[in-house]
Amino acid sequence: MFSLHDRKLAQEIVFKIKKLDVKLKFMHVCGTHQDTLVRNGLDYLFRECGVNIVQGPGCPVCVTTPMEIEEIMLLAEHGKIIATFGDMINVPGEKHSLRDMRENGYAIHTVYGIEDAVFLAEKYRSRDVVFMGIGFETTAPTTAAVLLKKLPSNFSILSCHRVIPPALKTILDMGEIRIDGLIEPGHVSTIIGLKPYEFISREYNIPQVVAGFEPLDLIMAVWLLVRQIENRDALVENEYTRAVKKDGNIRAQEIMKEVFEPVDKRWRGFPVIPKSGLELKKEFDEYNARKKYDEELQEVWDKEFKEPRGCRCGELLRGLLSPQDCPLFGRKCTPDTPVGPCMVSIEGSCNIEFRYKKKTTV
Amino acid sequence: MFDIPLPVCLAVPGKIIDIDRKKEYAVIDYGDGTKRRVNITLVDVRVGDYVLVHAGFAIQVLNEKKASETLDLFRNILSAGEEK
Ligand code: SF4
Repeated sequence: MFSLHDRKLAQEIVFKIKKLDVKLKFMHVCGTHQDTLVRNGLDYLFRECGVNIVQGPGCPVCVTTPMEIEEIMLLAEHGKIIATFGDMINVPGEKHSLRDMRENGYAIHTVYGIEDAVFLAEKYRSRDVVFMGIGFETTAPTTAAVLLKKLPSNFSILSCHRVIPPALKTILDMGEIRIDGLIEPGHVSTIIGLKPYEFISREYNIPQVVAGFEPLDLIMAVWLLVRQIENRDALVENEYTRAVKKDGNIRAQEIMKEVFEPVDKRWRGFPVIPKSGLELKKEFDEYNARKKYDEELQEVWDKEFKEPRGCRCGELLRGLLSPQDCPLFGRKCTPDTPVGPCMVSIEGSCNIEFRYKKKTTV
Repeated sequence: MFDIPLPVCLAVPGKIIDIDRKKEYAVIDYGDGTKRRVNITLVDVRVGDYVLVHAGFAIQVLNEKKASETLDLFRNILSAGEEK
């Protein structure tokens, strides 16, 4: 009922875009958009129409920094039970990954959501359980909602949640890449609505469309962006009206405000992005792993961690490269032997490219 | 051990078929035979509503009316371009 199918309409739109003979670059910030684009060959199709679409920093696992990965691994080393989302455990750290640690007997669990992590804490009362909370505005409210409940005292959270709009601003301010339009992430937008994007259209004169995840959603989004450019408009349009309300999910926004405070945060491949991270407010110190275990964590906080050698994830996340531009893609770096997080995460552009195209740069 | 490769920004639609007394959890039918218990404290829902589910939570109620109008809306947008 909520999927869209109309081949003829899709072809008609593509034909119209092609006729306009444009040369444009759009950015989206969502692994699921990238999946739809590559799986359906829309990336090629649009490129033939003169529209090049790149994936920006829209992969929560990928933008998590080496420091955050070392933080969670150190807590595992100190005997905590670690719970996090599936892909996270395969991200290579300086020495190893969480998966390697698990194979060596450390307690690393993957969970479907934060409530499963709380369940672990209830089950193993005598152990400390740390949930590594990653994800953007889609996931952050789930962490917030749980914090407002009564929680077991052996449970805490390492918050690695981030918000999208400040990252968009930083990409534009860095000015490394020309962006003619932005395709905004549908599911993040179900929470935040349209308003947080408005300053970008206003201040940077960039058209934006919030889009869903069917091929036709993205085809329509591209058409709406092209049409705005032809009309010299710069607006925030909503193509995904079946899920995204103008004001978003107000209750989720309020719960987030109650629990988190925005903090300056580094993203992989980026400098510190002002007010882009969500840290737990002071009232929740007893559930904040960075407060609860600050003495243990000091050891990693004093260090600097580098990106894996040869990995180009940083440039990829800033929209400067495509996976096939990386010399390691498909050779040294594959989903079974990932060098960087963009090959680990099923939302990472290298992983998506490999899964659907499996081509190397040869 | 089984690892769940959850796409962190993906949410899946499902139909609410039962809600507990405290209005904290609901049973969601995904239409493919799978049913799951999800937290509904982020949304205001009734039995029969469709919701987007992410990481064990319903994060937004889907708008059936808008869903059924989307294709017509797209066709209108397209023909509006024609008149110019
Ligand atoms: S192919 Fe591997 S090494 Fe290259 S950018 Fe992608 S993840 Fe990094």
